[in-house]
Order: sequence, then C-alpha cells, then structure tokens
Amino acid sequence: MKKAIIGSGLAALAGLSLSLGPAPARADEFTKQDVERWTAQFMQVVAQGRALWTDGKLGTNGVACAQCHPNAANTHPETYPKFQKQIGRVITLPEMINWCLRNPLEGQPLGLDDPKMTAMVAYVTYERRGVKLAPGQH
Amino acid sequence: MNKSYSRRRLLQTAGSMAAVSVLPLTWVELAFAKSEQNFTFAYISDSHIQHIKGSQFVNNWDRGLIRSVAETNLISPQPDFVMFGGDLAQLGTRAELDHGAEMLSRLHGKQRYVMGEHDYYLDLGEYWSKLFGPQYYSFNHKGVHFIVLNSVLTTDEWTYKRWPTAEQRMLEMAGLDNPNGSPFMVGEKQRAWLADDLTGISKDTPIVVFSHSPLQKIYKGWNFWTDDAEQVQALLQPFSKVNVIYGHVHQIQYNQIGNISFNSVMATAWPWPYPQGYAQAQSMLPKLTIPMNRADPFFERDATGWQLVDVNTGRVDLNYNLYSNRSRTVAFDPKLGHPADKQFQGEAVLAPNQVHY
Repeated sequence: MKKAIIGSGLAALAGLSLSLGPAPARADEFTKQDVERWTAQFMQVVAQGRALWTDGKLGTNGVACAQCHPNAANTHPETYPKFQKQIGRVITLPEMINWCLRNPLEGQPLGLDDPKMTAMVAYVTYERRGVKLAPGQH
Repeated sequence: MNKSYSRRRLLQTAGSMAAVSVLPLTWVELAFAKSEQNFTFAYISDSHIQHIKGSQFVNNWDRGLIRSVAETNLISPQPDFVMFGGDLAQLGTRAELDHGAEMLSRLHGKQRYVMGEHDYYLDLGEYWSKLFGPQYYSFNHKGVHFIVLNSVLTTDEWTYKRWPTAEQRMLEMAGLDNPNGSPFMVGEKQRAWLADDLTGISKDTPIVVFSHSPLQKIYKGWNFWTDDAEQVQALLQPFSKVNVIYGHVHQIQYNQIGNISFNSVMATAWPWPYPQGYAQAQSMLPKLTIPMNRADPFFERDATGWQLVDVNTGRVDLNYNLYSNRSRTVAFDPKLGHPADKQFQGEAVLAPNQVHY
C-alpha cells in the first residue's frame, strides 16, 4: 500500500515537471566546478588503476592483470559480493583482486583500503559502467 | 583417420602416466573421401613464454607449453607434423625464444612455425627467423596446399618511425587492449606473393592457410582483426575448399565466409574473454560461434590446450577437450556449408552460470 502511494506520488511529480516544461530549480545544487573537480579526481584514480592493471611490476613475475583481462573484461565487478565457489565463502571484488595478485602475479596482496586497491577497483568498475548490478550472480 | 580411435589410444597411453588424469585435447580433422588419404597434424599455439630474470620464466606459461608438447608426443599414431601458431614469446627476446624453442625441440617429428606479434616487434622477426626459418611460405602435403602467412605486420610509420626504442615498440604491441597498438595486416608484398603462390594450383585442391591473427574482422580494439582481410579472402575465394586456422584469440571461434572456413585454436598459456565481455565496445564475433564456457582462474590450465588436425573432405574439424566442461567438436557440416558445433547448437546449450560477461 505504502509502495503504491510513493509510486503514484512519483508519477505525479513526473507529470508536474513535464507540464511545466523546464525542470524546477532545486535548492543546494552542485556547482559545475564542483562536479568537474569530482569527476576529474575520479578519472585520475581510474587512470592510476589502468596504469596498475597494465603494470608488470605489480606482482613479482612480470605478469600484468591486463594480460588475461584486457579492458578488465571477464572480471564482472557487478556480481560482487558473491559466493566465490573456489574460496568457499562470500567475498568482495578486492578480495578476488588479491587472489590474482597472489597467484597468477605471484605477488603480495594489498590492504583493502590501499590507494592502489581503490584505483584498481575504480578502473575495473569504470570499464563495466552501464551494466546492471547483479550481486551474487555467477 | 578415425578420431575417436586416435583419442582413445592417446588416453590409453596417457593412462599409464599416473599424473595425467584429463587431457586438454583439441584436434582438427581434415577429411578426404578416401580414408587412405587422411592424415593428421597437431597444432600448438600462443605459449607466451615470459622471461622474469636470469633463468627464471613465468611458470604458469611454461607448464602450458611443456604439457602440450608431452601430450602431442603421446598421440598414436603420430601426426605427420606439428604447427606452432605464433606468440611463442611474450616480449620477443632471445631468452624467451630460446627457452620456447628448447621446449618445442622435444616434439617428435617435423615442426613448422607461424609468426606472432609477440615474436616479431622487438627485432622485427630477425632472431625468430634464425631459429625457425621464413616468415611466410607454402608447402604441399598429401594433396593439400598449405600456406603460412605473417599476418601481424602493420604500417611502416608505426613500425619504423613512431617509437624511440625497439623495446617500447614491442611493449606497445604486446598490450592487447593498448590503444597505442596498430591494426595487423598481411600487406601488399605478401598478398602479391600469395597471388603468385596460388597460380597453377587447381581450384579443387584443398587449401589450408595458417595465420596468427584472424583473416577476418572480429574486434579491432583487441586486434582480433586483420586490416586487409577482405583482400586476402578475395585471393582465396576462387578455391572450393579453403580453411583458415588462426591463433591470437586464445578462444574457440569459427565462421564461414563464402568458400572459406575459419577456425581458431586455443592458447597453451591463458584464455581470453570474448570481446562482447567488454561492455564499452561492440564486437563482431561470428554469429556461428558458440562461445566457450568461462574459464576457472583457480585452475591454471582451464580453457587452454592444443589441437590435433586430422585431414579427411578437405575441410577441418576441431575437437576441443575442455578441462572443467564437456568436450566440444566443431566440424564442417556439408549440409549447412559451414563449421558447426556437433553437440552445442543454438542458445540453450551453455550452462547459464558459465556465460562470459
């Protein structure tokens, strides 16, 4: 019942904005400069992530993430957290990245809040932008 | 040649090796009407032997090549020859090519080689040619005309003028998804050679072309692509039975364009995602191709392997043995006029949880 009310409320709002032409002004809008700065900050971290993704020095054997995952394909970040059957529990994407660092790259895992980890997650997720979230999917 | 017999024999032989429980067999069959004309050849590709330092190489990729060589040697009866489909090295160094050549030297019987971009762009194939011979050539074997092309060339500007060092040129081309790379091409000189080579070959002679890159356009962003593919295809179309076998893509692909059947081979090193797995780009994966199931990264050899080519109607059939999934056979279907998976056809065949995405 509550859902229906909210639903009809949203529909009414949508109808209103349509009938009035341009969208009504909103309080406390982000400034263009703010949005540009935040986007630039994010894209800078994405670029750092891309650099790490293609860096043979991330592990110890020269193998880079991009060797098996060009454009971070087949990493399906939208499915995490999920039950990783080979590990036997529900894990997040950074834990899977650490599995790859330890195994194919024969390197050391990163801290989950390490800026390098953040950058790689940003890159992987950015390459997958537009894909619907599907937590738990295999 | 009866492939199930061949496979059974291999499995029996392998059964005596306690360590081997499942074999990553992929083989290709080229059949003739008269069974006495049949023959087989093995196909190993994309080993990406990668030097770390000193005598250290990436173990994962070494194991893939060592295993494929050992298993090829177990085939009974032995294939007539072994093709290596390119990308023996990761960065084209002498250390990598020597180490790879040393492992391949354990193969029984005649070996022939195809140039890959990872072998080429450090010294433009100079050391590779010293080890393995010419970069493009043809030969006849039991009524089949075989052609090997170096399909990984690109523009002179990119090759000779753009990069300050050979090492950087190699690294730029080695990154599959690197936007600084350049589209592969066979080039005018080799196309002229090919036209000349095909003169005097009767139009009903079965032809098998080996190239490293697909001689068809699938996805430019990863160089699953040859820029002058249409011009090469035009030279081959007059022949009634043409088969192109290519590496580079590290996955099962197949297609039919006119008289030309296309089949890709798996890598011994690692599998690649299908291009449609990259959400930001459109790929042109042939509609015929039913993709491989997704590889299990926890099993290093999953979705890697090698192939035995069995020569019978002048068309190629490939049998893929996948470690963690059901085996597949992609064979030329004379009724359909193109390669088709014998078991998996249509959408409903892949396990839903193993689709690439």
